[in-house]
Amino acid sequence: MSESSIAKRAPIGWRLRSRSTPYVFLFPYVAINLVFFLLPLIYATVLAFYQTNGPARRAYVGWSNFTFVLKDADFHKALWNTTIFAIFSIGLQLPLSLGLAMLLNAKNDRFKGIFRLAIFAPNLVGQVFVGVIFSVLFTPRYGLFNRGLQALTGWGLEQQWLGDSKLVMPAIIIAAMWMYVGFNMIYFLAALQNVDQNLIEAAKIDGAGPGNIFLNVIVPAIAPVATFVVVTSTIGSYQLFELPYNMLKNNGGGYGPSNSGLTIVGYLYQNAFTNGDLGTGAAVGWLLTFIILIISLVQIRIVGSVGSEI
Amino acid sequence: MNSLQIFVLVLAALFILLLPFSRTIAFKYGRFVLLLFVGTVMLMPFVWLICSAFKSTDAMSQYSFLPPVSKISSETINLGNFHTLLAPESTVQGPVTFWRYLTNSLFLASTLTIVSLFFSSLGGYALAKHRFAGRNLFMIYMLASMTIPGVVLLAPNFAVIWRLGWMDTYKALIVPGAVGAFGIFLFRQAMLSVPNELIEAARIDGCSEFRIYLQLIMPLVRPMSGAFCLISFMGAWNAFLAPNIFLQSQSKLTLPVVLNQYMGTYVQHYGVFLAGTLLAMIPPAILFFSLQKEFISGLTSGAVKQ
Repeated sequence: MSESSIAKRAPIGWRLRSRSTPYVFLFPYVAINLVFFLLPLIYATVLAFYQTNGPARRAYVGWSNFTFVLKDADFHKALWNTTIFAIFSIGLQLPLSLGLAMLLNAKNDRFKGIFRLAIFAPNLVGQVFVGVIFSVLFTPRYGLFNRGLQALTGWGLEQQWLGDSKLVMPAIIIAAMWMYVGFNMIYFLAALQNVDQNLIEAAKIDGAGPGNIFLNVIVPAIAPVATFVVVTSTIGSYQLFELPYNMLKNNGGGYGPSNSGLTIVGYLYQNAFTNGDLGTGAAVGWLLTFIILIISLVQIRIVGSVGSEI
Repeated sequence: MNSLQIFVLVLAALFILLLPFSRTIAFKYGRFVLLLFVGTVMLMPFVWLICSAFKSTDAMSQYSFLPPVSKISSETINLGNFHTLLAPESTVQGPVTFWRYLTNSLFLASTLTIVSLFFSSLGGYALAKHRFAGRNLFMIYMLASMTIPGVVLLAPNFAVIWRLGWMDTYKALIVPGAVGAFGIFLFRQAMLSVPNELIEAARIDGCSEFRIYLQLIMPLVRPMSGAFCLISFMGAWNAFLAPNIFLQSQSKLTLPVVLNQYMGTYVQHYGVFLAGTLLAMIPPAILFFSLQKEFISGLTSGAVKQ
C-alpha cells in the first residue's frame, strides 16, 4: 500500500493530523445524525407509549396508542387511500414512464431533448405548488382539466372532482401522474440507453420479434433499475401528504370530503400537530415504517426471484 | 363533434393510411404524434398558469387560456392579481409583503444548499479517500439510516426542537438539514474515481488535507456538485411540512406555507395565489436551466452503473 509507506516517511505530527482527518471531516454528520436522527428515533420509540398534550405534558399509556390507531376508522381510511395511491403509482404510472422512455429512446432524434424536458418539467414544481395548480384545474365548469375532458370526450365539464368523495383519489392520482411520470422516465431512459445494442442486433438476426426482444433482452437488462424505481416509488407513495393536503385545502380542510383524501402521513399530521398528541404521531410513524419495510422486502424478493428466473 | 375531436381522428386516420405503405414511416409518425400529445399535456398547466396569473377574475371563468385578440384589454388582462398579491398585509409583526416570503425562501434554500454542499462533500471525501477503523460499519449505519422513512422522526423531532428552544427559528430548519447520508454517498461515489496518485502527490508536496479537498477534489467533482446543489435547493424551496410545523411568526414564513394560507384567503380570487405560484416557480426554474445537464447525470448516477 503506497498510502501507508508515505505515512511512515512523514513526520509524526503530520501523521497524527492525517489520521484524525476522516473523523474531523465526518464529525458534522455524526453530530447532526446523533441529535436529529438517532436520539429522535429512540425518543420515537419511547413517545409511542405515551399520550402527550403538546411537547410539554405526557402520561404513560402502554400499547393503547397502537390499539387506538389500529381500531380507528380514520386510520383505516388513510391506509386504504394510501395503498390505492401506491398501487396506481406502481401499476399505472410506472408502465407509462417505461413506455415514454421507450418512445424517447430512439437514435438520431432532434426533438428528443425538447420532449424529455417537456415531460420532465412538472418535476421542477414542488408538491405544494402542484397541489395549488390542480386545485384550480379540477374546478367544475371553469377548470382546464374539466374543459379539456369535455372537448376530448364530450363529458366532464360540470364534474365535481375534489368535492366528490369518490373522485378525490382519482384526481390525486392524476395530479401525481402529471408530476412524477417524467421523473421515473428519466431512470428508465438511462437504463435503456445502457442496454447493449449488440445483444438486440444479435436477437434480431436470430429472428426474434419486438415482443420477444423486449421480454428477453430489454427486461432483464433494466431489471435492477426497475427494482430501484418500484421500491423508491412505493416508499414515496406511502409518504404522500403535501400534494393532497394542498390540493384539498378548500375541500374538507386538506383531507377531502369525509376524509376521502386522507393519507397516512395526513393522519399522523392531524394527530400529532393539529390535536397535539405527539405520542399517537410517533406510533403512526412506527406503523408506517413497519408497513414500508415489509412491502419493500416483499418487492425486492419478488423482483429478485423474477430476475433470477430469466 | 368538435374541432379537437376531428383533429384527433384525422391524426389517427393518417397513421392507418400510412401503415400499408411503410411500417417504418408509420411508426415514426405515430411516435412523433404520441410524444407531441404527451408533451403538450405536460406543458399545458404551465401555459395555463402563466395566462391565469394575468387574467382578471371575470376573464378567468370565461376563457381557458387567453381571451381572443379582440377582447384583450386592461379589463381582461392586467396586473391586478400581482397588485393584490404584493400589497403589504398587516400582521402581528407589522406589515409584511410577498417579497418578504420570497426573500425568506431564497435565504433558507440557499443557506441550506451551501451548508449541505460543504458538509456532504467533506464527509464524502473522508469516506472515499481515507481508511479508518470502523469505516465499513459506519457506512452500513449510514445506509441503514437512509431506509428509515423521515415521517417517523416528525413527532419526536418536534419535541427535540422544542426542548432546544428553536421553535420559530430558521435554526430548526437549517441545522437538521445541514448534512445527510444521501449527500455524503453521492459525493463519495463521485470522488472514488479521482486517482489516488493525484492525492498522494499533493500530500508529498505538503498540502493539508483540507486544501486537497478544497482545491484538488472539489473542482474535479463539479458536475456532481451542480446536481447536488439543484437537488438540495429544490428540496428546501419546496419544503412544506417542516416549515409549516416549526415556523409560527407570519414574517418568517416561506412561500409554500404562505401559498397554502392564500388558498384559503383568496378562495374566490384564485388568480392571486396562482400569480404567487408563478413567482415561486421562477428561481428553481432558473437554477434548473443553468444546471440541467449535471442534474440528470446526478439523478441517475446512483441507480445506473456506467
